[in-house]
Amino acid sequence: MALATPATGATSAAAVVRQQLTRRSTDVAGIVMLVTLLFTLLVTLAVLATLLGQVVSGARPAFAEVGVGNFLSRTIGSSPDTSGIFPGLYGSFFIGLGVILVAVPLGIGAAIYLEEYATNSWFNRFIQVNIRNLAGVPAVVYGVLGLLIFTEYLDVLTGGSTVIAAALTMAVLVLPIVIITSMEAIRAVPSGLRDAGYGVGASRWEVTRDHVLPYAAPGILTGTVLSIARALGEAAPLIILGAITGLLGDTSMRGAFTALPMLIFAWSGRSAPPGSETTWANSAAAAGLTLLVLVLFFNAAAIVLRNRFEKKRTGT
Amino acid sequence: MLTIDDLQGSRKRRNRERSMRRLFQVAAIVSIVISALILFTLFRGTFDFFSKIDWDFSKLKDTGWFPRRSRYDLSTIIVGSIVIGLISLIVAVPFGLGVAVYLSEYASRRVRTVVKPVIELLAGMPSVVVGYFALTFISPEITQQIFSGSRDRNMLLAGLGIGILVIPIMASVSEDALRSVPGSLREASYGIGAKKVTTVTKVVLPAAVSGLVAAFIIAASRAIGETLVASMAAGLDGSGPFALSPLDAGLTMTGAMTNAAGGTDSVQGQAPFYALYLVGFVLFVITLVLNMIGARFVRRVRQQY
Repeated sequence: MALATPATGATSAAAVVRQQLTRRSTDVAGIVMLVTLLFTLLVTLAVLATLLGQVVSGARPAFAEVGVGNFLSRTIGSSPDTSGIFPGLYGSFFIGLGVILVAVPLGIGAAIYLEEYATNSWFNRFIQVNIRNLAGVPAVVYGVLGLLIFTEYLDVLTGGSTVIAAALTMAVLVLPIVIITSMEAIRAVPSGLRDAGYGVGASRWEVTRDHVLPYAAPGILTGTVLSIARALGEAAPLIILGAITGLLGDTSMRGAFTALPMLIFAWSGRSAPPGSETTWANSAAAAGLTLLVLVLFFNAAAIVLRNRFEKKRTGT
Repeated sequence: MLTIDDLQGSRKRRNRERSMRRLFQVAAIVSIVISALILFTLFRGTFDFFSKIDWDFSKLKDTGWFPRRSRYDLSTIIVGSIVIGLISLIVAVPFGLGVAVYLSEYASRRVRTVVKPVIELLAGMPSVVVGYFALTFISPEITQQIFSGSRDRNMLLAGLGIGILVIPIMASVSEDALRSVPGSLREASYGIGAKKVTTVTKVVLPAAVSGLVAAFIIAASRAIGETLVASMAAGLDGSGPFALSPLDAGLTMTGAMTNAAGGTDSVQGQAPFYALYLVGFVLFVITLVLNMIGARFVRRVRQQY
């Protein structure tokens, strides 16, 4: 085969370049890629929209039959036409309260220790790795923990399978989330703020209290709000703890309990008694809508807080 | 004359400092106590379980999970979890990855600020609501339409429901991985004349691969640990034979646990109830191993860039 002379090589290269620059080629691969990506995004959004639509349309007959006020204030009945969700709201309220009273102070305290006080010892590293592992433990396993520790061993404190045991279990469940998000918020505080405090002779706690925590507060609050939302929507540990799914006469701190997600769990697949106007699935949807409003409110609050927080950071 | 005491500051202030430090340290140690309690609970309960069953292997290993008939074939529920987990990953991986690539590489700032919070709302969706959605919408409108004559609840349904729950997790971990790829790599690729699609598929995705593997593993761990959809939609109430086909009714580890605690097989103080702890133990170990592998891949991304 003859070697191409420099001259012929140059002309062919020039031709190739000219062709490449002037040819009208459509970027097929690029279009396919973009269409595929948009497809996945739109399908995901459509699933979310369908889900919300299904809950709202399912909830409407139940709200129409029972009335929104009655539905929220009545106790669980034997027919979907009369049943309300008050015991569920009661249980969920105390679960949220338990998270605020137990998980939030403990979690923020642990985060302060790990970010501000802890040295880089093996023990402190072990604590951090351990927290990350705890965050990945399935919720149902926390239910098993609560079942043995809170309802059996700490029976004196909780009174067995009660809303107190449920609240403590949920607090333990969300503790790693509170710690991890609080640590991230505290880590984002510029070290100059701390140095300024130490420079004028403030002690570690004084710097933490007066400089670090105020600066990290929005981030910590975001994590707290997210953890409440998580605790309100979680049902797996409640099933293990023995939350009631049937009739529940009176609600009390030391008696049988239930919570909103438990009612949805129990009602979704239950068949309606003959002669009733609405189905249990309608009641489940109405309870689901109530839960969604609560959870989405907390989640949206967290997102707004975080966005404001990020904007402030990039602004400075 | 200055003494040591003058330089040490007030005693009250030092004492307060010490007690605050102690307080925070205790808070941090609580997390270790919790881990220890989880391990204790699972060991203790598993021990109780083993002391309550009759050790007749022909019965114990008889195919199927029938606690009330003393059949505890773990492979039945582990395979159930794996089948349902795989279906959910088949749903969640392409969609989660697609959303992540779009948000990180293609979306304009404005689209991102709208779409990202919506995906995060999906991430905050309570799993029980997705369970309701699976029973009242996916089952009658999708699975029973496509596979006419199939059961109203089966492993396919549970897998699809869990897939919906796992999409946002897959999306957010993958997006973090993609965004941690430095912009200079993309610019270098554009600089030698590569197209956007080439840059994404040949430069960004390979550079982020360990983060994407982490996303996959974390998603798998979530799918296996998911409880509500699995026990609402998989179709079996606490006991059943070994099943492999997605169109069969199945039972997951999590479903076996909720049924042992609250279902018809619950007889406090007897072996079927204590099976809860054994299954919890197996589930704990599986998810822990997956999470640790996932964390290792996440660390690798951080070290690289």
